[in-house]
Amino acid sequence: MSVRLVNITKEFADPEREGGKLVAVRDFNLEIQDGEFVTLLGPSGCGKTTTLRMIAGFEMPTIGEVWIGGKNVSNDPPNKRDTSMVFQSYAIFPHMSVEQNVGFGLELKGRPKAEITREVRQIMEVMGIADLAHRRPDQLSGGQQQRVALARAIVNRPSVLLFDEPLSNLDAKLREQMRVEIRRIQQTFKITSVYVTHDQAEAMTVSDRIVVMSKGQMMQVGSPFEIYSRPANRFVADFIGRVNLLSVTVERLEQEKNIVRGTDGSRYEAASAASGVAEGGKALLMVRPESLSVESSAGAAPAAEGRMAFAQGVIDKTVYLGATVEYEIDAGYERPILAVSHDPVNAGFWRTSDRVVLRYSPRAAHLLPPESE
Amino acid sequence: MAHGISKAAAELRRAARDPVLLGVILLVAGSLIVFVLYPLISVGAASLDVGGGKTGLGVYRDVIRSAYLRKAFYNSLMMSTLTALVGTLIGFLFAFAVTRAKVPLSKFFNILAIIPIVSPPFIGALAIIMLFGNNGLITWNLLKIQNFPIYGFNGLFLAQVVTFFPVAYLTLKGVLESMNPVLEDAALDLGGSRWKVFTKVTLPLAFPGIASSVLLLFVETLADFGNPLILAGSKFPILSVQAYLQIVGMYDLPKGAAISVLLLVPSLIFFYAQRALVNRRKYTTVTGKPQQSTTQIVSPGARIALFVFCLFVALVVGLIYFSIVVGAFAKVWGFDHHLTLDHFKFVFGVGFKAVRDTLMIAGIATPFAGLLGMVIAFLVVRVKFPGRKFVEGVSMLSFAVPGTVIGIGYILAFNHKPLALTGTLAILLLNFVFRYIPVGIESGKALLASIDPSIEEAAVNLGADSRKTFSRITLPMILPAFFSGLVFAFVRAMTAVSAAIFLVSSRWNLMTVHIMAQVESGNLGAAAAYSLLLVLIVAAAISLIRVALKSQYSKYGGAMLHF
Repeated sequence: MSVRLVNITKEFADPEREGGKLVAVRDFNLEIQDGEFVTLLGPSGCGKTTTLRMIAGFEMPTIGEVWIGGKNVSNDPPNKRDTSMVFQSYAIFPHMSVEQNVGFGLELKGRPKAEITREVRQIMEVMGIADLAHRRPDQLSGGQQQRVALARAIVNRPSVLLFDEPLSNLDAKLREQMRVEIRRIQQTFKITSVYVTHDQAEAMTVSDRIVVMSKGQMMQVGSPFEIYSRPANRFVADFIGRVNLLSVTVERLEQEKNIVRGTDGSRYEAASAASGVAEGGKALLMVRPESLSVESSAGAAPAAEGRMAFAQGVIDKTVYLGATVEYEIDAGYERPILAVSHDPVNAGFWRTSDRVVLRYSPRAAHLLPPESE
Repeated sequence: MAHGISKAAAELRRAARDPVLLGVILLVAGSLIVFVLYPLISVGAASLDVGGGKTGLGVYRDVIRSAYLRKAFYNSLMMSTLTALVGTLIGFLFAFAVTRAKVPLSKFFNILAIIPIVSPPFIGALAIIMLFGNNGLITWNLLKIQNFPIYGFNGLFLAQVVTFFPVAYLTLKGVLESMNPVLEDAALDLGGSRWKVFTKVTLPLAFPGIASSVLLLFVETLADFGNPLILAGSKFPILSVQAYLQIVGMYDLPKGAAISVLLLVPSLIFFYAQRALVNRRKYTTVTGKPQQSTTQIVSPGARIALFVFCLFVALVVGLIYFSIVVGAFAKVWGFDHHLTLDHFKFVFGVGFKAVRDTLMIAGIATPFAGLLGMVIAFLVVRVKFPGRKFVEGVSMLSFAVPGTVIGIGYILAFNHKPLALTGTLAILLLNFVFRYIPVGIESGKALLASIDPSIEEAAVNLGADSRKTFSRITLPMILPAFFSGLVFAFVRAMTAVSAAIFLVSSRWNLMTVHIMAQVESGNLGAAAAYSLLLVLIVAAAISLIRVALKSQYSKYGGAMLHF
């Protein structure tokens, strides 16, 4: 079912702060479609978990409304809301078996015993934990507990499935496996899902849409592609992946072809621009490291079709990672330029002190509004 | 201020979403006010009653002018201080010998130190009369001394040290056990001698525990009533007994109340000092295996000395219980030591009503106290509501307030309408329930604080209301705390005397009060038989609860210990 957050502000009493309160979420508006998977992404303290807990009903908004499936549930307690949550710590009941844990929600709903057993069996089958039915929680591994928590949430067929950083306690390999698993399960049951994480790769893997938050405010909502390639501002660009930014002045804004000039007068082209970028004003030119090619500056090797020079400089640092090589290039700017090249076995790689030119395709360049603060 | 109110309003708004929870909060807070605070306020009010409907400090003036009562005040403080220091010293040496020096018979010493805790608090006094009194086994039968001066300071001091050193032992045993022996190993490794390690590492680390034990023993000794009633005698007045005598002997309620206030004030001061000390101490959570060390931390000579010391303490404690057991079967203690079952015939015949009453009262009060303790622990740790601190503070008060003061408070507060309860079963039950919740609350709080709140949130999220969450999730998880609350409430309800002595009636009497009466009338054999039966009942009940807990543990496969 759809979820609607209308004008939500959440304040907590905090005598140590100015005004005696902490504003955890401010003027938050979001509409989630039926069956959609939306992730709230942001650094810790950005208000994402508070937002999730307001949907579940554990927190009540100071101002604003929560709607689930066309019904205003703002004043309903958590047990009256048709949401199921997967907790960061899994919150498996330690005194119940796996089977009892999974069946607890259905039992509370007063379903007949036979039906509960059937549903529980079925969901444990789907989650691949059927053989753990009679285990005690302390006999489970982290990954198994995670699956039990997920099964316990899904078996109720809730209107909304809520995930509070569910993978943060797993090791890296299991985490990648579970991301895919969560996405698969959600697609199978088509349950509207809200997912909280601070891990951008996780957010990119599971989500239909990502909401980036900072200091209680929404920074951008969009598909993983939009968030990564067309960020709305510097915070989003920085938070999701690494980025190269140049200060520029906007000369001309045109569909798919925006012309800007660098501080030294060089001309750049960018295919897209965020709102807030205006002709004649300042802007930031953004190119991700993997979109920069590192080429020899010696001789006059002609640029490939449509590629433009981004900067010239000297390789300052080389980090060889096997699949990729990462370079830091001193191009005379305050911060070094980052570039990543793939497949070093075939492409070869540069060494420290080599003089290089960095080229980009305007398709991969994006303009951000200048920093206001 | 304004934001405090808005916070309270927000918490109320949230609580109102759950009417059951709101009802429980109101019920708990209301009953704490009526059954804990109101009696104390009644004592204060009564002490200011100078007659003729006027209030003033006249009664206090009379009390302070009385040289005898001044002496009682001084004696009480002196006895409490001495007992606190000596009891803690013995408790520390005992705990050190058992946990660190690992003397032979450690297990036996451990059990021996715990027995006095589950016994009626005046059993020491009873045994001392039997051993050193006018017809005492040692003084009269062995040494042929008549009228040995056991009444007064000597006897009382001995009785109170024996009664309270186990409290220090248990406190310090916990402290020493939680201390990582690797620290001592490290000090030895750095070249410290064993004595240096003890004085520079062990003792400083244990110091907060030692100080806390001294304060705790002071409060408990000051509140002690049974031992001084039997042993203090008229030449060595003690405050708690004087308050009782003013009321029961002289029917002078205002004076009894004023003495109670004088008793209450130092108790509260030392109690809160102890709390502050305990709260300042950082808690280290025990995870994984306890640290093991194979190093001998004391020299062989010191070990032998500690062992001899433990043997001596064990001998004294053993002698006390030996005399109770023998006394229960001896025809006339001190004169005719032929074995007989006469005393038990009396206990199970004429005197059986008190046994029945006691069992019934303890049996009813215990589950209520246990459950109330868990509910309060849950409210205090998990639920945000205005007045949470108040509920927590008041519920812990009964730890600090001497039983005598509470007993006087109850007869003052509940002898008129709308709550005319004197002489009823209810007044005894209410007193026991509200007096014996703190241990359950404390262990419940500690356990709850270590349990991730999202486990309960998960239950609510799955559709459980607050009642279901508490009964299906919270309570099963804090079962160990619930059981320790039950044990404490039962032991105390069975062995209590200081408050109960004001509240018993011909309709409802208690074994402990009966024992005191038998001692006073010189019928030591019957008193010993009653005491023995009492200790056996308590021991049986504790074993029963232990077994129940063990079966629960195995059912949970030890899971509860990890969460």
